[in-house]
Amino acid sequence: MKAEVTSEKIIRRKWQLFGNLNVRTYTMIFALLAIWIFFSLLTDTFLTPRNLSNLFIQMSVTAILAIGMVLIIVAGHIDLSVGSIVGVTGGVAAILQVWYGMDTVPVLILTLALGALIGLLQGWIVAYHAVPAFIVTLGGMMVFRGILMGITKGTTVAPMEESFKLIGNAYLPFAVGYGLAALAIVWMIVTALRRRKARIQYGFTVPSMAAEAGKLALFAVLIGLFSFVMNYYKGIPFPILIVVLLGLLFTFIANKTPFGRSIYAIGGNSEAARLSGINIRRNTLMIFVLSGLMSAVAAIVLTSRLDSATISAGQNYELDAIAACVIGGTSLMGGSGTIFGAIIGALVMASLDNGMSLMNLDSFWQYIVKGSILVLAVWVDIRSRQRRA
Amino acid sequence: MDSYALEMEEITKEFPGVKALNRVSFQVKKGEIHALCGENGAGKSTLMKVLSGLYPAGTYEGTIKVNGEIKRFTGIKDAEEAGIAIIYQELALVKQLTIGENIFLGREPRKGLGIDWDTLHFEAKKWLEQVGLPFSPETRIDALGIGQQQLVEIAKALSKNAQILILDEPTAALTESEVATLMNILHELRRRGVTCIYISHKLNEVFAIADSITVLRDGQSIGTRPAAELDEASVISLMVGRTLTDLFPRQQHTPGEVVLELNDFCVYDREQPSKRILHNIHLQLRKGEIVGIAGLMGAGRTELATAIFGGYPGKITGDMRLNGKPVRITTPMEGIRNGIALVSEDRKRYGLVLEQSIKNNISLASLSRLSKGLVVDENEEIRQSNHYVKELMIKTPSIETAVGTLSGGNQQKVVIGKWLLAQPQVLILDEPTRGIDVGAKYEIYNLMNRLVEQGMAILMISSELPEVLGMSDRIYVMREGALAAEFDWREATQEKIMQAATGGR
Repeated sequence: MKAEVTSEKIIRRKWQLFGNLNVRTYTMIFALLAIWIFFSLLTDTFLTPRNLSNLFIQMSVTAILAIGMVLIIVAGHIDLSVGSIVGVTGGVAAILQVWYGMDTVPVLILTLALGALIGLLQGWIVAYHAVPAFIVTLGGMMVFRGILMGITKGTTVAPMEESFKLIGNAYLPFAVGYGLAALAIVWMIVTALRRRKARIQYGFTVPSMAAEAGKLALFAVLIGLFSFVMNYYKGIPFPILIVVLLGLLFTFIANKTPFGRSIYAIGGNSEAARLSGINIRRNTLMIFVLSGLMSAVAAIVLTSRLDSATISAGQNYELDAIAACVIGGTSLMGGSGTIFGAIIGALVMASLDNGMSLMNLDSFWQYIVKGSILVLAVWVDIRSRQRRA
Repeated sequence: MDSYALEMEEITKEFPGVKALNRVSFQVKKGEIHALCGENGAGKSTLMKVLSGLYPAGTYEGTIKVNGEIKRFTGIKDAEEAGIAIIYQELALVKQLTIGENIFLGREPRKGLGIDWDTLHFEAKKWLEQVGLPFSPETRIDALGIGQQQLVEIAKALSKNAQILILDEPTAALTESEVATLMNILHELRRRGVTCIYISHKLNEVFAIADSITVLRDGQSIGTRPAAELDEASVISLMVGRTLTDLFPRQQHTPGEVVLELNDFCVYDREQPSKRILHNIHLQLRKGEIVGIAGLMGAGRTELATAIFGGYPGKITGDMRLNGKPVRITTPMEGIRNGIALVSEDRKRYGLVLEQSIKNNISLASLSRLSKGLVVDENEEIRQSNHYVKELMIKTPSIETAVGTLSGGNQQKVVIGKWLLAQPQVLILDEPTRGIDVGAKYEIYNLMNRLVEQGMAILMISSELPEVLGMSDRIYVMREGALAAEFDWREATQEKIMQAATGGR
């Protein structure tokens, strides 16, 4: 018994800055760096500020979807419909603005409401009528794609207004970007130190002060470097700001609220959760609402960037989002996974896309490589876990 | 010269930072039933994992000899080929398949490309007869009771030509009559020369069946003796390294006013709403008393507990009062809000989220109370978790340790901590000491006494009669979904309870 406890402690020594990062997340960060080095050796343009800026913008839609997907998968469900929800909510946004001349703000509100409503409908069927999420959202994937085709009559709806286009295409002014970066660094250091103090007070194990300082310095440098590189081109892209804010918000929800805790408990052992007085149905409903809402956010960013809504918008995005979660350490068995990991996973997927396009590889290669990386990531993870066990 | 079926010599197994087994020697004579006793964490499971090849040769020091021959097992398969079969606490049968398919799973007799079903069923039938199971090999496993499934496991092991059979807590989930059947089978196997290693916390069974007893403590072998030279008290003192003067710390309780009252309480089957499974239960529970509920498995005790708590998904009728006020509790949420807590019989399935930390498990039933606004107050959570770890003496390096890595007794304490944090007035304990060691049991009994002293009312379901007799102030006996009898502890005896539970003859 004791032995298991000790090894467990070693395994679970966590990097506490962004919630509970596990070994797999570290692996993914290194894999990401490896991928970047690989592409920078093979192309002249990969590690340029301009391309990195594009890369981060490209990953934003997948990242937003993955943030919502993490909670779904952690609770032991799956949402195959997010791509089609992106399509249909984006289509409705474009129709409201282009055909009916609605202003940007009411369009945004209605779009988000529609996303949440779709999530509510699917979540209701899953949670209160016990139809497996796989089936409900597989059906939803077809239904919402069909609705999109119907309401747009198969046409491309364009163009959007300038104010709407800003959401996906604007950049933060340099000063604001640097300001936010500085703020983030200060905030990170303050919370880390406060946390460290609290942990010492409660007699928890803490890494040495040097290790802690090293980690903080590393992250500070990364944040600084990131804002510098982004500002070197046009500034921090607005979609990235959305991803970061949503990432922080959802990490907070996942770790600090009864709702978030309940989701992990439901995914880990739903019977124990039920008998501990957790309302499984309401929480399940809620994660689907959030997933629908995040799909609508992703749809707004996508429609804004493309300046139009097409019938194929968002197609297969659910697969990218699920892959991002899984690569980032979320277990399809439910019960474990982090938002931060999923965002890293989205970055891995986007990097592969971006790098291979720069290499002028045919697009079929992208499918083959991304699919293989997904399987490989889980394979490596399972192997390393077996070795630890 | 005695011939040993199995000799394990100087086995040392280390995990990072700790010696789980320290030069343990363990010899089993041919054809004997050899009991292995020890508290949880004493190293019994580790020793058996070494023996069954789960920890391959090279990961431990020492030698294993089977029938005098040195063996180096690189995997479970090697051990099976040497005639060693282990039957775990958690049965490893595929419930959706038939008995025959399970017995020959992975080594089905072939006819060309297909399975030779006739041979398979014929052979399976033969093995079933050996363990006295009067079933067709085509019966699905899920149609069998736990005890019968256990016998299928034994049949499976025998069919693999096992000469050394390891049974890990085989009776944990069995009823008295199933235990008796199992004992008979084991005697029969001994007569045929099968060697058996029997791991159990239930010392009365150990003494009923074992020829020799080996006691492990803290990863060391304390000694092997013929069972005839020992008694329960001496084994317990060997196990814990001290003498427990009294297994059950009885204390005088002074029951107060009635907290929980059931009148005409009926519960209906969840799949067939017309079928009544609990009939007109009348029950009273007072502040500051421990009420035991005895009965055979299937008598409806767990259903009663779950229904009171609000966790039973079927229809419930009748009158339930808390502190004199009628209440209607249909979900665990309402149960918790009304101050009822249920420590369920199967902590791994119903009590714990194993991969999560002690802290997250303890706070699980009190999340909304621990929250300020929409946010969990982590400082308070940590404070409370630390408090219960200390109060319940949960052995762990940190409250951030995953619950799945703790021993059974400590896991049970985490579940109890979770429910104490919810501050119940009525605490229902369903088999509170199942599968945990003597020391932890004793601690749980003491805790029950303390809680009752503070005015809590405890309803304790238990299949272990000594426990019911030793701890309860009053005892209800259930039979076939109804209360069959009620005793004061002073007048209750094992015989009276069993008579009421079985319908008496």
